[in-house]
This record gives sequence, structure tokens and C-alpha cells, in this order.
Amino acid sequence: MTDIEKREEFDIEIDKTVGKPFIDDAKFSTRNVDVFYGDKQAIFDANIDIGKNQIIAMIGPSGCGKSTFLRCLNRMNDTIADCHISGDIRLDNEDVYQKHQDPVLLRARVGMVFQKPNPFPKSIYDNVAYGAKLHGLAGSKIELDELVENSLIRAGLFKEVKDSLHKPGTGLSGGQQQRLCIARTIAIDPEVILMDEPTSALDPIATAVIEELMIDLSAKYTIAIVTHSMQQAARVSQRTAYFHMGHLVEVNDTNTVFTNPEHQLTENYITGRFG
Amino acid sequence: MTLEVIITTLLALLFLGYFVGRKRSIALSKKTSQKLHSLPQYYGYLIAFWSSVPALLILLFWAALESSFITSAIVTQLPAQFQQLSADELGLFVNEIVNLSNSGLVVDDEIKRQAVIQYNKLIEFSNSIKSAVVLVLAFVGMFVALTFIKPEMKARNLVEKLIRGAMIACASIAVLTTIGIIFSVIFESIIFFKTVNVFDFLFGTHWSPQEAIREDQVGGSGSFGALPLFVGTLLISFIALVIAVPLGLMSAIYLSEYSSPKFRSFAKPVLEMLAGIPTVVYGFFAALTVAPFIRDLGESWGLSLSSESALAAGLVMGVMIIPFVSSLSDDVISAVPQSMRDGSYAMGATKSETIKQVIIPAALPGIVSGVLLAASRAIGETMIVVMAAGLSANLSFNPLEAVTTVTVQMVTLLTGDQEFDSAKTLAAFALGLGLFLTTLVLNIISLYIVRKYREQYE
Repeated sequence: MTDIEKREEFDIEIDKTVGKPFIDDAKFSTRNVDVFYGDKQAIFDANIDIGKNQIIAMIGPSGCGKSTFLRCLNRMNDTIADCHISGDIRLDNEDVYQKHQDPVLLRARVGMVFQKPNPFPKSIYDNVAYGAKLHGLAGSKIELDELVENSLIRAGLFKEVKDSLHKPGTGLSGGQQQRLCIARTIAIDPEVILMDEPTSALDPIATAVIEELMIDLSAKYTIAIVTHSMQQAARVSQRTAYFHMGHLVEVNDTNTVFTNPEHQLTENYITGRFG
Repeated sequence: MTLEVIITTLLALLFLGYFVGRKRSIALSKKTSQKLHSLPQYYGYLIAFWSSVPALLILLFWAALESSFITSAIVTQLPAQFQQLSADELGLFVNEIVNLSNSGLVVDDEIKRQAVIQYNKLIEFSNSIKSAVVLVLAFVGMFVALTFIKPEMKARNLVEKLIRGAMIACASIAVLTTIGIIFSVIFESIIFFKTVNVFDFLFGTHWSPQEAIREDQVGGSGSFGALPLFVGTLLISFIALVIAVPLGLMSAIYLSEYSSPKFRSFAKPVLEMLAGIPTVVYGFFAALTVAPFIRDLGESWGLSLSSESALAAGLVMGVMIIPFVSSLSDDVISAVPQSMRDGSYAMGATKSETIKQVIIPAALPGIVSGVLLAASRAIGETMIVVMAAGLSANLSFNPLEAVTTVTVQMVTLLTGDQEFDSAKTLAAFALGLGLFLTTLVLNIISLYIVRKYREQYE
């Protein structure tokens, strides 16, 4: 890209999110969300609905704020000291940032899978049982065993680890570790699963397995995924949101975004002119 | 030539070797118009090495062997009646000759005079040979090494090997010192256990090491039951750890997980300062403030206590070793990756649940080594105990009574007028061995615990 083109990039105006950011059957809806790290504003006026039992993909160049936005949804940004958030984020029409809202309980409803697989330094069994024990989801040892087994089955990992449940989770391969993290998340039966580039540290085969798993899980859960891979977004998601320098540029059905983008910036990004 | 002159010459040769080697390699490369394999300074390092290190080693070797050679040479020249003397008496005699020679006094005794003259001759001879050998070796080393320099010589790799050798030498000095200490303690202890039964020492409950040094002196026969000392040590260390482990661990958790970075950067060095206070100051504080306080407190409950107690020493010692626990624990807790915390929070865990179930298990090995370091400090601590817990060897598990510890007794055994082969002084070595074995066992136990419960996050 030449310098002139680069300058043009900045001249393109982003005043309002184009496409169809709002839908009827919303699980999450955000209005006028601004996020600041100290004095630096990371998200500008994000308005979007996330549909129930859908997969929404968030794409955009590095540093565009998509991970920050994702972490607002389950209040993971609370753990960052100088981060503050204004605006309205609702889960089932209930304000997530309301005073009496307990972020700990919120995170049990909105699970999260991270970029780098981060199994706890415990056995595979204890990794999956961790949340269930915390929230008292299983009444007895037998129930807990069942819960662990079911979660591992649903994460597509059980066959591979059924004989080594008490070996450390950190001994698994990268793809297996990431599925263990998914199993651990679905063990507490959340309503929404947020995935922050869940396959960027994995090889293509492990990626394909996780993508299939996401599609299976979307029957039961609402999933929001941040990804750098446009092919991945196209393969798994029903809707796609494009972020650019903290602005939510365009939201639409995945097909529309990739075949007929409305905004110039979106088109530039998906055709690979920058990013 | 004196030793100082030889060493100065060798140092000068070291620098000279470096410059000569460097020059020569550059000159050779120009002459043969061949590129040097390594940078010129590597050739310099090599020449510097060969022109000083072998000579220095010979010098060291010479110094180590010189005296025993000279001694035996003098002894063989002595009249027959001296040859029959015991090794000790002979040693004394040789010592006297050496002293006379150094003082330069005129000697009346004919035999001694002859010996002194001979000693002086030998020393002079040895010195001149030594100087000649060392200097010749240094120069020969330098010139031979210089002839070996060629542009294609892999000087860089050779220097790498020399450095590797130097590292090994440094590491082995530490290891050999440890082994040496262990063996000397073991051998002296064996001598001690020839006079005192091992079981009497380990399980005897009466410690009273005073024994008559001279025939005419009134003294006890000596009684070496070390059990009260080991119990005292363990009691005081236990009290100290009961104080230091919870306080240290909690403050580490607070500093690394809860406090603001600003507070942490201030509080951590202040906490670490506790470890820098001389123990004698702690002892002073224990004896003058804490011990009387405990006594007064006991009196107000109707207990009559002595002003020296294990509790006072243990409390103060506990405060002293807090930084060993807290500082190390804080470092390892901070080193647990943020992704572990994120993972736990994302599961709906609270901060304290995350700390308890994810962070502490992941940091356990480091925490245990911190505790271990604190424990060995507590076991080896002497000054606080002398001042606050007293010297009386009571076999007691009551923290309000005066007790004494192994290290304190070692100090009292080895200070003042001593006879170095009496059971009393040898007992110090046996106590040292016991202490060493105690800490060794503690180390092994904690290694086992760490291996069993550690949770690796990498």
C-alpha cells in the first residue's frame, strides 16, 4: 500500500455502525459502550446485539479493540486496574455493570476460552471439576464423575483422555489442552461462551476439531469468537462484526459481510488490502 | 626473589601475553593474507593464559609441598636420638627451628644451630629453584604458545573451552569445601564417639559438658546427653516458624495479589529490611522487651515465670525470619502466569478461591523453599537464644521455660580456655554433625513434599 492510500485510510469516516447490528432475539446487547485504559480510549460507542444460540465472529486488525470488547461482556476487564467502562451492556436484558451485579456470578454464566490454552496445573479431572466444585454443581462424587465425563464427551476429548483422567492437564497437546479448557467451561453450564482467538496457537487439524466443536456447541450456547482468521469467521459464524481502531464499523450476516460489505474499511480488510 | 615479585611478574606477563598474542595474530594474518578464524583478542587471551596460568599452578603446588619436604630433610639430618621422638614432639621441634630461623636470634644449642642453618639453606635453595622454574615456565609457555598461532587456529573455540574449565573449577571449589567440612566434622565426631557412647549422646537427657582440664582442678566428669539441646532447638524453631510462616505467606499474598504496585514497591523492601537487622539487635530486643513482657503477662495470670523463655526467643526469631518466607513466596506467586488467574476468574472463581486453589499450588515449590530457608536460619540462630532463652539445658516442651539450643552450646563449648582434644571440645563437632543431619533430613522431607504436591504450570 502506498502512502497516499494509507492516508486515504484515515480519511474514511466511521460515524455509525453500518449493516444490521441489532436483532430481535438478543442474548447480549450493548449500547454506547466506551472503554478506556487510563486516558486512552480503546472502544468508541459500540452498539451491537449478540443473538441467542448463534455464533458471532469479531474480526479486525490487531489492536482494534475486539478482545477488549469481548472481555467487557463477562467483566474480565475488572481485573485490570486502570480500565473503566461506560455505557450499557445487558445480558437477557439485565445490566451487567449494575451495582448489585456480582461479577463472579456473571462469569459463571458467561464462560471464556483464551487464546493460549491455560489448563490449571492440576489433573485433567480436577480441571473440569474445578468450576463445578466452586459452584456446588454436583451433590456427590458420582454426580461429579458424571459431570466431568459428560463435559469431556461434549468437548470431544473424552475418548483421548479417559484412561488418564488423573494425569496433569498440562501434559496434553495444545489442541487437547484447548478442548480441556472448553470442557472446563461447559462443565459449569454457562449461557454464553466467549472465545478469544481460541485456535491461534493451534495447528490446522486441531483448529478444525475446535471449529466443529463450536458449531455443535452453538445449538445450546451463545458463542462470541474473536478471530484473526477470516476463513474461520466464514466457516463457523452466522454473524460477523468488524472492528477498526476501537470503532465497530460493520455488523451483518457473515455471508453479507464477506460477499457484499457495505463499508469501505470492511472491504479493504476482507480483501486483504491491510490488516 | 620473593613471592610478591614472582606474582607481579606473572601478572605483567599475563598482560604482555595478551598484547603480544593480539599483535602477532594481526601481523600473521597480514603476512599470509589469510583471514583470522577468530577476532584478534581471542589469540591474545590464549597467549595470556599460557604465559601465566601454568606457572601460577606450579607456584601453588610448590607452596603446598615445600614445607613437608623441608621438614623431612631437616629431620633426616638430626642426630639419632631425635629420630625416635614421637611425631608430635618432632613437630614441635621443627616448629621451634622455623621460629628461630624467622626471628634471626643467635642459638646456643649446637644441634639447633645446625638445624637452623640447614633450614635457612634449604629455604633459600627452594626459593631460587622455585623462581627459576616458574619464570622459565611462564616464558616458555608464552613463546611456545606464540609459535602455535596460525590464522586458521580456532582461538575462539579454545577460549570457550578455557572459560568452561574455569567455571568447572569455581563450581568444584564450592562442592569440595562442603565435602571437606562434612568430612572434618565426621572425623572429629568419630573421635568424640570413642569416649562417649553414641546412644548416650543422642538420647541422654543430661547435658553438663564441664570436665576437669587439669589434674588438680575440681570439675564434673562431663555428661553429654544432647537430647535437651535438640529438643530446645526444635522447640524454638517451631515457635519461630509458627509465627513466620502464616505471617510471611499472608503478607506475600497481600503484596503480590491485593496491594497496589505503589504500596508493594514500598512495603517489600521495608519487609526485607527485617532480615538485614543484625541478630544481636534482635537478641537485645528479645531479652529486654519481649521476655520481660511475657514474664509480666504470666505474672498477671498468676504464673511465676523466669525472665528467659523459649517463647520470647521463638517470637523474636519468628519476626526475624518473616522476610525469608514472604520475599521468596512473593516472587514465586508473582511468577505464576496471569493466564492461570484469568482462567480461574473466567470460571466464576473469586479472588481468594483463585489464590487458594490455583496460585498457591502452582507456587508451592518456591514457597516451600522459602520456608526451608527460614527454618534453617531458625535452627542455626544463636544470638537471640543466648540472650532470650538462656543457657540451661532443660529437657522441656514448655515454651515458657528457659531452654538452650545446639548452636548456643557449641559456642559455649568452644569459647574460653580449651583443650582441643578433650571430649568437651570434640562434643561441638558431634553437635555440628547432628545439626547438619537434622537440616539434611528437613531438606529431604521438603523435597519429597514438593515433588508429591507440586503443580507445574509450564
